[in-house]
Amino acid sequence: MDAVNVKTPESVLIIGSGPIVIGQAAEFDYAGTQACKAMAEEGVRSILVNSNPATIMTDEGVADAVYIEPLTVPVLRRIIEKERPESLLPTLGGQVGLNLAVELQDAGVLDEFNVRVLGTQLDGIRRAEDRQLFREAMREIGEPTPPSAIANSMEEAREAIAEIGLPVAIRPAYTLGGTGGGFVRTMEEFERVVQTGLDASPISQVLVERSLLGWKEVEYEVMRDAADTCITICNMENLDPMGVHTGDSIVVAPSQTLSDKDYHMLRSASLNIIRSLGIEGGCNVQLALAPRQDVVAWPAESVRDGGGVGVPHDEPLPYYVIEVNPRVSRSSALASKATGYPIARVAAKIAAGKRLDEIPNQVTGRTQAAFEPALDYCVVKIPRWPFDKFEAGDRVLGTQMKATGEVMAIDRTFEAALQKAIRSLEFGGRTVLWEDAEVEHEPMLGAETPTDIRLWHLLAAVRADIPLDEIAQRSGVDPWFLERLQTLVHMERRLLAEPLSPDLMRQAKRMGFADEQIANLAGSVDERIREQRLSWGIAPVYKMVDTCAAEFDAVTPYFYSTYEDENEAVPEQGNRALVVGSGPIRIGQGIEFDYASVKAAQALRAAGWGAVMANSNPETVSTDFDTSDRLYFEPLDEEAVRDILQNEDSGLNGNGGPQGEVASILQFGGQTAINLAGPLTTAARPILGSSAEVIDLAEDRRRFERFLADLGIPQPPGTAVNSVDEAVLAADAIGYPVLVRPSYVLGGRAMEIVQGVGDLARYVTQAQAAAPGKPILIDKYLAGIEVEVDAICGGPGDDAVLIPGVMEHIERAGVHSGDSMAVYPAPNLRAGEVATLIEYTRQIGNGLGVTGLMNIQYVIMREADDVDGDVFVLEVNPRASRTVPFLSKVTGVPMVEVAVRAMLGESLSEQGFSSGLWPPTPLVAVKAPVFSMSKLSGVDTHLGPEMKSTGEVMGVDIDYDKALNKALIAAGMAVPPRGRALLSIADQDKPGAMALIRELGEAGYELHATVGTASLIRGLGYEAHEAPKREVGGDPDVIDLIRSGQIDMVINTPEQISSNIRDGFHIRRAAAEQRIPCFTSIDTAHHAVGAMLEGGADYNIAPLPDYTAGRV
Amino acid sequence: MTEHAEAAVVLADGAVFRGIALGAAADTWGEVVFNTSMTGYQEMLTDPSYAGQILVLTYPLIGNYGIDPPIDESRQIQVRGLIVRSECDSPSHPRGGMRLHDYLASAGIPGVAGVDTRAITRRIRHEGVMMGMIVPADQVDAARHRLADLPAYDSQDFIDVGVEQPYSWSDGRPQALTNGAAEAGPHIVVLDEGLKYNILRNLRSRGCRVTAMPPSSGVEDILALNPQGVLLSPGPGDPQLRKFQVKTATSLIGKLPIMGICMGHQVLGRAFGADTFKLKFGHRGGNHPVLEVPTGRVAITAQNHGYAVDPDGLAPDVEVTHINLHDQTVEGLASRSEPVFSIQYHAEASPGPLDNGHLFDRFLDLVAEVQGA
Repeated sequence: MDAVNVKTPESVLIIGSGPIVIGQAAEFDYAGTQACKAMAEEGVRSILVNSNPATIMTDEGVADAVYIEPLTVPVLRRIIEKERPESLLPTLGGQVGLNLAVELQDAGVLDEFNVRVLGTQLDGIRRAEDRQLFREAMREIGEPTPPSAIANSMEEAREAIAEIGLPVAIRPAYTLGGTGGGFVRTMEEFERVVQTGLDASPISQVLVERSLLGWKEVEYEVMRDAADTCITICNMENLDPMGVHTGDSIVVAPSQTLSDKDYHMLRSASLNIIRSLGIEGGCNVQLALAPRQDVVAWPAESVRDGGGVGVPHDEPLPYYVIEVNPRVSRSSALASKATGYPIARVAAKIAAGKRLDEIPNQVTGRTQAAFEPALDYCVVKIPRWPFDKFEAGDRVLGTQMKATGEVMAIDRTFEAALQKAIRSLEFGGRTVLWEDAEVEHEPMLGAETPTDIRLWHLLAAVRADIPLDEIAQRSGVDPWFLERLQTLVHMERRLLAEPLSPDLMRQAKRMGFADEQIANLAGSVDERIREQRLSWGIAPVYKMVDTCAAEFDAVTPYFYSTYEDENEAVPEQGNRALVVGSGPIRIGQGIEFDYASVKAAQALRAAGWGAVMANSNPETVSTDFDTSDRLYFEPLDEEAVRDILQNEDSGLNGNGGPQGEVASILQFGGQTAINLAGPLTTAARPILGSSAEVIDLAEDRRRFERFLADLGIPQPPGTAVNSVDEAVLAADAIGYPVLVRPSYVLGGRAMEIVQGVGDLARYVTQAQAAAPGKPILIDKYLAGIEVEVDAICGGPGDDAVLIPGVMEHIERAGVHSGDSMAVYPAPNLRAGEVATLIEYTRQIGNGLGVTGLMNIQYVIMREADDVDGDVFVLEVNPRASRTVPFLSKVTGVPMVEVAVRAMLGESLSEQGFSSGLWPPTPLVAVKAPVFSMSKLSGVDTHLGPEMKSTGEVMGVDIDYDKALNKALIAAGMAVPPRGRALLSIADQDKPGAMALIRELGEAGYELHATVGTASLIRGLGYEAHEAPKREVGGDPDVIDLIRSGQIDMVINTPEQISSNIRDGFHIRRAAAEQRIPCFTSIDTAHHAVGAMLEGGADYNIAPLPDYTAGRV
Repeated sequence: MTEHAEAAVVLADGAVFRGIALGAAADTWGEVVFNTSMTGYQEMLTDPSYAGQILVLTYPLIGNYGIDPPIDESRQIQVRGLIVRSECDSPSHPRGGMRLHDYLASAGIPGVAGVDTRAITRRIRHEGVMMGMIVPADQVDAARHRLADLPAYDSQDFIDVGVEQPYSWSDGRPQALTNGAAEAGPHIVVLDEGLKYNILRNLRSRGCRVTAMPPSSGVEDILALNPQGVLLSPGPGDPQLRKFQVKTATSLIGKLPIMGICMGHQVLGRAFGADTFKLKFGHRGGNHPVLEVPTGRVAITAQNHGYAVDPDGLAPDVEVTHINLHDQTVEGLASRSEPVFSIQYHAEASPGPLDNGHLFDRFLDLVAEVQGA
């Protein structure tokens, strides 16, 4: 094959993946950051575009030019016109980046500006992405895809089945969600389902496709350079058989149940495929391999003759190619972290014209990238699903990915890696010992259905002594995995029955049992177990991830723990500190905290300290081995962190001299890290930054109330109650509306705004039934202006409190700050109010004794617009907040670095900063939340006190309307300039909606509305098309109207009256599934429409530094 | 699960690694080497090139997919002993029902499981391969003494690993030699110094008639069969001790197309005037990158060798066609004047990547060219 595109370009455009949504998370920040670094090394000027400010890639110094702008073709065209990049790298920005590259070509932009595509060419990408083209490409090279045929009649279906063979899936054409189809194993079922399918299809057509339900799902990460050298980086086997999205599957690397013949058969297939598609760079290949016949029957006839080398004694196992991703992907990030091989970096270098044998392997420092990593450990990935937040969500897993993040764990056995991965999920007590309450009745039910908790159901089935072959047959999980679960159950039983001995303890630790689990089983407490095992000399050693199974000396400081003989992580000399990361990405704890962790490591290194990083999330920049001086890939719980610290002190096994007590930095890793402050302090471990005492003072409601009262700083009035009677009395005293929440749940979960006594009684009754005896917190709900302040406090002896910026929320208080749109600088605050904010912030920072970062949420209540309002404190978090990356970028204050230097003893003034508010930069920036609602069926989308967004975007410009409009465009919430708007507004919001309705009416929008809202619109003098509610039974009803694609925007606020709640829910779900803007807050809608009408469409495009420096 | 007895690995430098006994209840000694392949334990165990060696597998989970006797690469298990981190006593695979432990036990081969194989590997990497023993846990001291008296690996000729009687290959297994002259396809003689059956499967699947000969076969014995090509096979031990085979190879060059693999490559290298030397810890695994000099492409290869050809003494008409990218050692040779080439790695794979089967095609192309000329 001819080598193409081998000339190194002068400049390259890299498109990021935008906001974090389900299916596209932090892995593309990791990939893009590596790509920019790789391009810099090759002397290529990089121009980066991303709408997501919470990324390392958009930081100063990563790319040569950084645009934080919406990811749309018109925006990219303007950037290309301005920057004139010689080339475009389309394969490192996820599906978003790839699709945009294709759209830019289709729109003629690439040709117009003579931009050549680096790496895999777009025709190869099309052949990989288009189902039909892909099948043809596979047929040409003899790689099998699942056979299928289209049938327009029963006769045609019978002909098809004769070719394809049972079992098959029947999919009727043009029915929503596959209605009328199904999975069939027998000819009787076949006849029946085909008939139903033909009847259900408006064109009487069904697709008959070979079903691979229950087959093994295997992935290969492959690489190819322009010289046609092809290698595989890693293969991975899913514990969940075919049928569950790979992003939602528990994955193990390398494969565990594939023989050498199977492994290399699929490897060769993967290499054939990337050759035929002309991939230059990385690619992911997904394959299905026939499982054990006793697990799922597969057709006896072979689907492929096994020509060539390595022909086994018998026919090779049948397999099918499922799909390929012709780009860097979530799986490639996982493979990079699982092997130590930096796939994105190497892919970028290949794109820049390097051959694999010309790219050095950074891990060994002496070999090249042209080799295949050898693992000498087992890696387990478990997805992190949001169902703890979305209890109403449909937990059944299928082809639509639902996880927001994932964890990875490494150990020398599957059992231990699995247990560490479970600990890394940070579900509190949900270790392998946890059982769902429903399990007792029918353990197999949960084991059969793939859900977020199937793993625990499988364990319960094993524990119930159901034969493994039966569990295997009904779940499709290979018996090998079930045997491993049984090993764990055996150990549980031993720990329950036998006295703890050094031998038993060591065996349990080698299987990954945490001290906490051993304590539970052996009837002891964690700390006793820890002391006991250390006294027996049972401590983990740390082994290196070196890409080569120890064949060569390696220089990567990337370690995992295990209970064996030799410790390779010998403590280093000199000042160093442990940065505890933020674990898996979940709603409420996203990539922002990884950003902060990475910046903390960089700040430590810049200050001449060694940075030691601990994290469990494979998607991130923080777990890139060159982010820190030493990386521990470990669960972020007390046991793991204390073990790491002890190893860093002196080597747990004594193979290093005493180095003094290594301190931890906990304020950057979100709640995960901050939760360790108490336990580490109890264990007498030093903490850099705010102490456990400070954190407790801020988090303990009673203590914090007293603290604020002493300072004379007001809080919304509130109290804790224990009964409905108490609640009603309290609410009467405080005055409705009130904000109610259980005292035992953190982070806005189960929080509600209650307008009257009826709802209050319902809430309290329900909450008390859920957790008897636990108090319920009632606070006055203040519907004022919500303001958020991040501040950096000097260390002991330095009373400076620097406020980089003040952000004002567009939505009134009551919407979770993570779901609010925030504006910098605060546009509507009066000078006196800002002065109060600064003063309160200073007093709180000094009074609490914060060192480093702190986030305070305030609400401002105004009696009149021309009088300064009263400022109330809602919440103080003595740690880095979600807004740190946003604010760092728009203010130019390197917030994390300043905080870290303060912790290390450098005063703010020594750093060149003074107390008070940092002068605002000449720009306006809007941070907008992004949701993944179309992917989570059953979840209500309305904004409220509980956070629901998965990511964020930033719109930045020289005025508010432009910035807001850009933020909305980037978030996929832009108001169309004209078209049809559907309004369904709750009674309590109708007064506030009148101005909005007038604006829409004047601008010429066609207004559709439910009955009450329609009369309001008519009352205001505009035409309204009435859309019947579903419960009234109109045809078409309001839901049909949205689904038919005739509506461009929905404005719907949730009713407080329970009877109407469901209709609103369906409206919001329909809008989410239709992917049209849906505003559930009048505030947001009003501002959004305003921005569109007030010239927001006439926005600028510029690199971020041009905005901050006022050059736009 | 039965409780296994405790066993220990004792290395010549005095290091001891304790674990539990696996396979036969016996002690054993040999040169301790490691292989980094993540799959293919059965193929490795039955690879005759491991004769005289105790094999450490760096991948920690071994036995997962069981044992499937028909895929053995020779007539028996060839390693002297096996060292693993963790042995799977409940394998799962559509085709492998037998447990690794039973397979080793029935062949009388001892092993040890539960040891820190990475620590052993690192020791070998730093200090080089060395002799070692697997013994019951209470015999560590005795083993240390015995190790001092054991013959060095390099001093042993493993000539008996090859076959004693010629055989042919058909229907997927070795067959007694019959007069197969009626069979179509080129007749290839393979000098079996300890080959893997997959070499024969590869030749056979490409339409060859295959006759394997004992390593002691002389030029006349080979030529008497009137073959169209000769393949010099892999095998264990130091190529310096293969003087007879080097002489045979020297005589064959110029008479027939020759392909050498592994030991066969080293024998050819010596026949071309080069010396061979021992590598510190060898190349054993399925991921070694080899630069194909003529194409600039990198091949990922299966390797299992402890010695290499020193290119300095090579005859002027012999070129180095393949180079190991890790340590720049010679991985392939070709004569410019004669239809002779060799590779240090294993085109037959099994275990390992299937990327290099085209080398058999290249050999058969040479055979066809010579026939056509």
